[in-house]
Amino acid sequence: MQQGPEEKTITEERLLPGQPATLAPGHTLGSITDKISWVVLRRPITLGWVSGFAIAFGLLMLLQLAIGYLLFRGVGIWGINIPVGWGFAIINFVWWIGIGHAGTLISAILLLLKQNWRNSINRFAEAMTLFAVACAGMFPLIHTGRPWLAVYWLFPYPNTMGVWPQFRSPLIWDVFAVSTYGTISLLFWFVGLIPDLATFRDTAKNPVARFVYGLLAMGWRGSARHWKRYESAYLLLAGLATPLVLSVHTVVSFDFAVSILPGWHTTIFPPYFVAGAIYSGFAMVLVLAIPIRQFYGMKDMITERHLDNAAKVMLATGLIVAYGYAMEVFFAWYSANGFERFMMHNRMFGPYGWAYWMLIATNIVIPQVLWIRSVRLAPFKLFLVSIVVLVGMWMERFVIVAVSLHRDFLPSSWGMYVPTRWDWMTFVGTLGLFFTAMFLFIRIMPMISIFEMRTLLPESKIEEEVAAHD
Amino acid sequence: MTEAPVYGIMAEFDNPTDLLHATEATYAAGYRKIDAYSPYPIEELSDAVGFHKTRIPLIVLCGAILGGLSGFALQYWISAISYPLNIGGRPYNSWPAFIIVTFEMTILFGGISAVVGMLGLNGLPQPYHPVFNNPRFTSASRDRFFLCIEASDPKFEIDRVQQFMQGFNALDVTEVTH
Repeated sequence: MQQGPEEKTITEERLLPGQPATLAPGHTLGSITDKISWVVLRRPITLGWVSGFAIAFGLLMLLQLAIGYLLFRGVGIWGINIPVGWGFAIINFVWWIGIGHAGTLISAILLLLKQNWRNSINRFAEAMTLFAVACAGMFPLIHTGRPWLAVYWLFPYPNTMGVWPQFRSPLIWDVFAVSTYGTISLLFWFVGLIPDLATFRDTAKNPVARFVYGLLAMGWRGSARHWKRYESAYLLLAGLATPLVLSVHTVVSFDFAVSILPGWHTTIFPPYFVAGAIYSGFAMVLVLAIPIRQFYGMKDMITERHLDNAAKVMLATGLIVAYGYAMEVFFAWYSANGFERFMMHNRMFGPYGWAYWMLIATNIVIPQVLWIRSVRLAPFKLFLVSIVVLVGMWMERFVIVAVSLHRDFLPSSWGMYVPTRWDWMTFVGTLGLFFTAMFLFIRIMPMISIFEMRTLLPESKIEEEVAAHD
Repeated sequence: MTEAPVYGIMAEFDNPTDLLHATEATYAAGYRKIDAYSPYPIEELSDAVGFHKTRIPLIVLCGAILGGLSGFALQYWISAISYPLNIGGRPYNSWPAFIIVTFEMTILFGGISAVVGMLGLNGLPQPYHPVFNNPRFTSASRDRFFLCIEASDPKFEIDRVQQFMQGFNALDVTEVTH
């Protein structure tokens, strides 16, 4: 393929006419390094960053207040009661853990599938995973209101009472799945960072920064032997993370599906939870990627191709989720079980019917605009659709958790669930935790993987290899 | 004043192709204590320095098997020996219910052994390494490629190695001290 000098950096893959490139032309090994490290090492702190961080940090303080009061008073400050004993804590837990899934999908599954367009979005998507899991983890920790009394049935440790966790319970499966997921995500993220931290160590001017990045880079020097072991370990981690990410939301769905409550006890849950997780995760990736590429001038690295691909993944997983909803309705009818049929009727036309129809609108109807190519390529519209999907996925968890619980088998035990201000403060507070961490992350870590971006350049290839390609 | 002992001779390149050719020529000339440095992984380079097989996959396999076995053993010991509970008449060793935690522990141990194995075999963290004494080596993490013939090689003779490396298409050939 004949390329002019100005088109030097179009990646080797053939592009269809009109298809945007993964990396805009004009970059070299040096310019990629400088551009990404500039954000952290050279760029002054802007007013925009400070105000964004201040808002996020304010919300984080709200979380601290909400948790402080919770520990003081107990879960009575929340809206939960019998029959709805699982309220916001579980809804938010499932929502956050689902958001994390896109990060692992991008970093592990797309790596195994050799989708190298992922190279510019995997790093901050992994950070997103990590922070989302941290937010999710808050809820199991605090949901009893007395976390210091809730450890012995979560983790198997020898305690003075001589009791051990119950391993036949999905709740304990969940503890293992989520803590493994958090650990593996952290390892994957950190291993990916090592070569880039070495770059920071070598380019930082501030001696403190150089020392800290040097410490974290652990003496990485880019030796050929090291790279070989590194690549091997990275690929194996991706191979391990792939079944893990699919298992995590499956196990989360077991928390519901293994019970006997109508609306929870269904076999469609595992696949439909996993699809929903990836759906909301990609929405969050777009919510983060669109402002980042705008404000940090990364449009040449996070191109329209990435937006387009992410939107297509959302469209596909959204349709799987729609199939899940359809099957729930079908199962309710086909079961010929009065309680199942009542559950569905109550979901649609009961006191929380508005939540169900809002869910259908935000999760299924509105995202269908993603079929239109011009919407997929328009960052602002895509941003709005992503917000809608995030709301929709939160509504889904509300409908599954609260609406299924509020009217079960026995009309005498029916009730209503109304979240209190403390519920809302805790939820909004975790948004604060997430965005505080995200704001800090883009200022202290390379938000795009530098060494993986270098491999996208034609000049990074050995020359004979390039010749063989053409 | 005594000279610091020499760690090796280092050549700097501005593209991966020259580095690869130089590395292959060095290996062919009989030097074995050599290493190549690049800012991103280059598949052919580890073969060129004579490093063909890594034990990482074996370590991960062992770690994963160990994790799976210990995960199941933990649950078996707790549920059947230390704290047997009759849950709806299920057997104490209700193994189908134990599969998930066994699976998670397999992944956890496999993943940890991948990272620890990689760092351990690479000798990281390593607070000091002589290659960093070359002031130009800071660009090894940016856009330059380096080849080093180490003094510990039995064939190493400073002048001959210097001369040999001058023959490459290198930007710079320099002596690296300890």
